This record gives sequence, C-alpha cells and structure tokens, in this order.
Amino acid sequence: MSTQQLIESINKSELKTDIPRMDVGDTINVHCRIIEGEKERIQVFQGVLISRRGRGIDETIMVRRIVADSGVERVFPLHSPRIAKYEVVRRADARRAKLYFLRERVGKSRRLRDRRRGMKHVAGQATVQK
Amino acid sequence: MGLTLLGTKLGMTRVFTDEGISVPVTVLRVGPCIVTQVKTEETDGYNGVQIGFDDVKARRSTMQLIGHDAKAGTSPKRRHVEFRVDDASDYELGQVLKVDAIADLAFVDVRGVSKGKGFQGSMKRHNFRGLEASHGVERKHRSPGSIGGHATNLGTGPKVKKGKKMAGQMGNKNITVRSLDVIRVIADEGLLLVKGPVPGPNKGILEIKTPPRLYRPKARKQKEALGA
Repeated sequence: MSTQQLIESINKSELKTDIPRMDVGDTINVHCRIIEGEKERIQVFQGVLISRRGRGIDETIMVRRIVADSGVERVFPLHSPRIAKYEVVRRADARRAKLYFLRERVGKSRRLRDRRRGMKHVAGQATVQK
Repeated sequence: MGLTLLGTKLGMTRVFTDEGISVPVTVLRVGPCIVTQVKTEETDGYNGVQIGFDDVKARRSTMQLIGHDAKAGTSPKRRHVEFRVDDASDYELGQVLKVDAIADLAFVDVRGVSKGKGFQGSMKRHNFRGLEASHGVERKHRSPGSIGGHATNLGTGPKVKKGKKMAGQMGNKNITVRSLDVIRVIADEGLLLVKGPVPGPNKGILEIKTPPRLYRPKARKQKEALGA
C-alpha cells in the first residue's frame, strides 16, 4: 500500500456514503446540527452550490444564499459529522466549475438556467462527467 | 522514564472527533525499534537503552555498525538513539519495541530535523518587518535596520550584542515539538496520529518521546491516561 493510500485509509470510515449527486449550480439544502448546550437541533441552510474543492476527507463545498439583500456564503466540510444530510432542491445548468461570478450579479440575472430545459440533461439521467 | 521510539513521518490529513470538530493530524509510522544495546550502572556508569530503527543495506553501513547490530541479532539499522531508564533490566538485547509501548500516553514530544531553508534574510528568518517601501528608502527595503553598534551586554566596547537576530542559515536543525496530543493509535499498522505539524519532510526520521515535563493540566491528563 502506498503512503498516500495508507493515509486515505485512516479516515475512510469517516467518509459519508449517503451524499446525493450534487453539481455546481444546484440549489441544495444543508441540514446542520447545531449544538446549544445540552440540546441539539437541525438548521437548514439553503443556497446555490457555487464551488466544490478538495478530495476525500478534505473536500469542502461553498453554498451561497441571499439573506436580506446581501449575499451569505458558507463553506462546509463535506464529510463533517456536524452535517446531518444534504438535499438537492433544484438542478441548474452551470458552464463553470466555480460560480464566483454570481457575486456580481443582481436581480433576475442571479438565476441560473434550469437543467430541465437543456436536451442533454433529461431528468433522472446521469449528466456527462467533466 | 524517557522512553523514546523512532519513526517516520508519512504525511498529514484530518480526522473528525466525536463532537464533529475537525482536527489536523500528522501520521507517523512508529517502529518497530530493536533494542541494540542495554547499558547498566556496572558496565557503563548509568542505565540506558539504545534502539535501532529502519533497515539499511549492509554495503551502505559500516563494519562497526554491522557488528554492533549483529550482537543484538538484527540486520544493520539506519538510525540509533539512546535513552536513560531507571531500571535497565526490563529491556534485553534484540527486544522489539512497537507503537504499543507509547499507546497509553495522552501527549508525546516529537523531535526531528526541520526542513532546510538555506541562508535567509531577517524578514523570513525572524519575521522582521523590513524598512519602508517609499519615503526615500533606497535599496534597503528588506534590511533589518540598525543592529545597535554600541549596545553591548556589559555596556563596554563598540560591539554588536551577542545573539543578535540577523540573516543566516534557517531550518535544517534539530527541533523538538513539545506535548503534542495523541489523537489515535493504530497498532496493527504501527501508526500514531498526533495533532498538528511535526518537523521535517515526509519520510523523515523522527524521535517520539515521552515528555519529560508538561504543563500542569496536561500533566494531569497524562497521568489519567496512564492510570486508566
């Protein structure tokens, strides 16, 4: 076993196996576990997935949403145990790997094209891997 | 007292604790170390144990070392290190020490040779701020400024104070990182996961020691870990 494989094997058991297919541009719900003293509750953060980076245990996602007319971006470690689950709300068409240009967009132009429109993306069918 | 093992640095990754906190860890492969010499009060004047680690080709070793390690019934080793013990009778020649020997510890010290950076200026080496970018500063933007020509330790003579921080060789020297948290021990693979970075490159050889002293809260934790 190479050193790289050995290091990856250390936290293999911590990797989540129930993550749905999420592409950049999709609108997703992130269910965060919030611990307040003794109690634990779930808070949902909904927004557009604008970036995925890293691999394995180090992978993080950046989710952007608009709160009270100002943008809020949160970075989540994808495999963090503090996250209960992910849900894909809406699939959209993105032609970039990182959607940082959305930060400059205001109003209607902030929306992304729905994936249902394009012929190549039929619902239920796997899209072409980059 | 002072149990020391040798190991190699494999690389860094992260693990999540039960509370969901991400902890940066360095993965070390510890041992197997072979006891190559046992020193006793009668023969050497003090009690100590010498261990060897990492096989080396015989033609890359010396006859002296090959013979020395052969006495312990083992092939020549790349690195040897010695540590003091109260009672050397617990150890015998050829005994194999693995990561289990330190598995109960909550904290360890790690010592190794840091990555060499070559001859570096005072800004990189000592985090000096350099001089200004403008306001008439010419060709001295990264210089340390005045080194205090007349300031001396005793107040005599126009000499620069001893130990003045200046440019020079950076890195490539022995560094001990003290009281690192032991995050996990994987005994089957001989792996030890400690919190945070350790000196030197990947594949570098390191000494993993029982800490000679700890801050009080850490010392208490260490005691608890050993008692349990």
